[in-house]
Amino acid sequence: MSETALPRTFQYTSAQHQSQTAVSGMWLFLASEMLFFGVLFLTWIFCRHWNQTGFDIGARQTELSLGTLNSVILITSSVTYAAGTLFIEKGNVRRLIQLVVVTGLLGLAFLVLKFGIEWHDDFEKHLFPGEAFAIRGAARAGAQMFFVFYFVATALHGLHMLVGLGLLVWIIQKARHGHFFAEYSTPVAIVGLYWSFVDMVWIMLYPLIYLVGRST
Amino acid sequence: MSASYLTDGFTLRSWFLTTDHKRIAILYLASITAFFFIGGAAAALVRYNLIVPEGMIHSAETYNRLFTMHGVVMVWFFLVPAVPVTLGNFIVPLMLGARDLAFPKLNLFSWYLFMIGGVIVLYSLFTGGVDTGWTFYTPLTTAYSKGHVVATVVGIFISGFSSIATGLNFIVSIHRLRAPGMTWFKMPVFLWSLYATSVILVLATPVLAMTLVLLAFERIFHIGVFDPAMGGDPLLFQHLFWFYSHPAVYIMILPGFGIVSEIVPAFSRKPLFGYSFVVWASISIAVISFLVWGHHMFVAGTSLFSALVFSILSYMVAVPSAIKVFNWLGTMHKGYIHFDAPMLYALGFIALFTMGGLTGLFVAALAADVHLTQTYFVVAHFHYVMVGGMVSAFFAGLHYWWPKITGRMYPEMWGRAGALIIFIGFHLTFFPQFALGYMGMPRRYHSYSPEFQVLNVLSSAGATILAVGYLLPLAYLTWSLFRGERASDNPWEATGLEWKTASPPPTENFAVTPVVDSEPYNYQRPRGLP
Repeated sequence: MSETALPRTFQYTSAQHQSQTAVSGMWLFLASEMLFFGVLFLTWIFCRHWNQTGFDIGARQTELSLGTLNSVILITSSVTYAAGTLFIEKGNVRRLIQLVVVTGLLGLAFLVLKFGIEWHDDFEKHLFPGEAFAIRGAARAGAQMFFVFYFVATALHGLHMLVGLGLLVWIIQKARHGHFFAEYSTPVAIVGLYWSFVDMVWIMLYPLIYLVGRST
Repeated sequence: MSASYLTDGFTLRSWFLTTDHKRIAILYLASITAFFFIGGAAAALVRYNLIVPEGMIHSAETYNRLFTMHGVVMVWFFLVPAVPVTLGNFIVPLMLGARDLAFPKLNLFSWYLFMIGGVIVLYSLFTGGVDTGWTFYTPLTTAYSKGHVVATVVGIFISGFSSIATGLNFIVSIHRLRAPGMTWFKMPVFLWSLYATSVILVLATPVLAMTLVLLAFERIFHIGVFDPAMGGDPLLFQHLFWFYSHPAVYIMILPGFGIVSEIVPAFSRKPLFGYSFVVWASISIAVISFLVWGHHMFVAGTSLFSALVFSILSYMVAVPSAIKVFNWLGTMHKGYIHFDAPMLYALGFIALFTMGGLTGLFVAALAADVHLTQTYFVVAHFHYVMVGGMVSAFFAGLHYWWPKITGRMYPEMWGRAGALIIFIGFHLTFFPQFALGYMGMPRRYHSYSPEFQVLNVLSSAGATILAVGYLLPLAYLTWSLFRGERASDNPWEATGLEWKTASPPPTENFAVTPVVDSEPYNYQRPRGLP
């Protein structure tokens, strides 16, 4: 494949120039995302500091087994995606597609477990903050606040997962139409950065939701 | 070389689906202008109300909604985006010697985000509005306020992502698309300023975004992350809000520094005095801006120690700001100064910004701030910086690059008249407010004690002059689009790559990528002068 045939828009001197620029754009976006979620983590830890009893009582209502299973699923999905990027760098489009499909299925499994089962159970147990909130007594305010963070964080993380799944579909489509080859796979690498970032947000959420409250 | 970007397609589609940074800048310019006059109309009603002590508008609630509307529209839909998305979008690629920004589609997307956010905010403001002030302090906002708080917050949240997209585009473009030979320290200061601005946009805006998410959630579901009655902490909200909103004032003013640093050398026919100091001042302002938010909370019950630290850090911002003012003065010293409209606006900026900056030192001082913070002194202080400073700089840049953007000259006499009227009207509006604040008139109220009336009438009278001053450029700049003299490629004989292409530029900006081989601001004294 000659250099001139690689995709590039007119403000760039070469395809390599463009692809490196695209990668740096994604890193910068992730820096911005990090501050977005960073505020959530900071606020969470700050509020837990002042309402520890309530937060811990709330945290014990969560499903540790489901959360752990989901962590394993999500981390595995990042591994399969990373493997896909290695294969396309060697020009193996078929393996890339297979691995991205597996990644997508794992992501889907995460969403089903998280929202189809776990959230469903949480609502059944009246753990959504409001009048009908199940936990009563002195710890009620703190426990409710824990579930505010729980629902806001998992919802935002879930939205990011949905965007990620959309991107995976896009990658599969482009790969099927022969847009990627050994010399050019920038979008694959960029989506990989995003997918791993969403994974890492979960790695912060997992202890905050399931572990810290059970430690005392 | 194709025709100019303005004649490259006349369909609506060619404008609304364009990825040309120049056309996107024009889309933004039209939107920003609309928001400016909506926010300005709200301000005019606020000043109208304050003509008499008991208030010309009967309901205090209407008054609260008016000043909130003024604040929200002006801060998020004019001041923060104004220079980056209009002049920045247009000029940054040209100055870099590039054919477009790094991510043109993202650029267009940012305009749509901005408009969606803007329409939601306008809808909520016109169908009842919000009475919380633009700062959305809790628990007032989450538990007590009536009105469309959630809708307004959603609008701001969405438009925030347009800010992030713009900032990201500029940072990446400046890193990756500089013309051959343009090393970092051969970049014009406008690029440095927008680089510093963009860093703040990308790193501070998401903090506000998450804070607004929690705020909206709290208001909808009545749960208290920020409500002390339910175990939350209102100071936490203030910390997070100002962690964004203090750097945001530098988002507003830093591009102004950049514009003035272009204009002063060009109209003094001298290189910018102390170029590297101006550059490092921009960078240090961006860094320090993240460390001073606590000065908004001196009387909110923070510890004396933290107040002391924030006070000292706030004084530190004054150092790079003052360095810039001295550098502009040094540039003019013994220069061959032309008093064209851009220069007059730039000089207005320097004067007004200096006053705004110096009065900022009053409120950075702990003891003085306790007396002044809830008074009109603060209103006058930040309007000197934001309106006097930033809007003057915006107009300076708009006039300076108008020939490049439109290919037409604005009428010089009217331009100078506009600059003078705005300068005079501004002082008349806001100088009395320093006195009012010093005398103790509290801000945010729709009525006041009778002894403050004379100064308030003066201020409202000034506001009418200011309104004329702002409408004037709207009139003559629009006129010049059709009747203005054709502009040459470089009417100011200025340096900078944007002047090396046609006016207006062709769609691809440069037929041949320019090469930079000299220092920026390579101005020479006209020959034959003493």
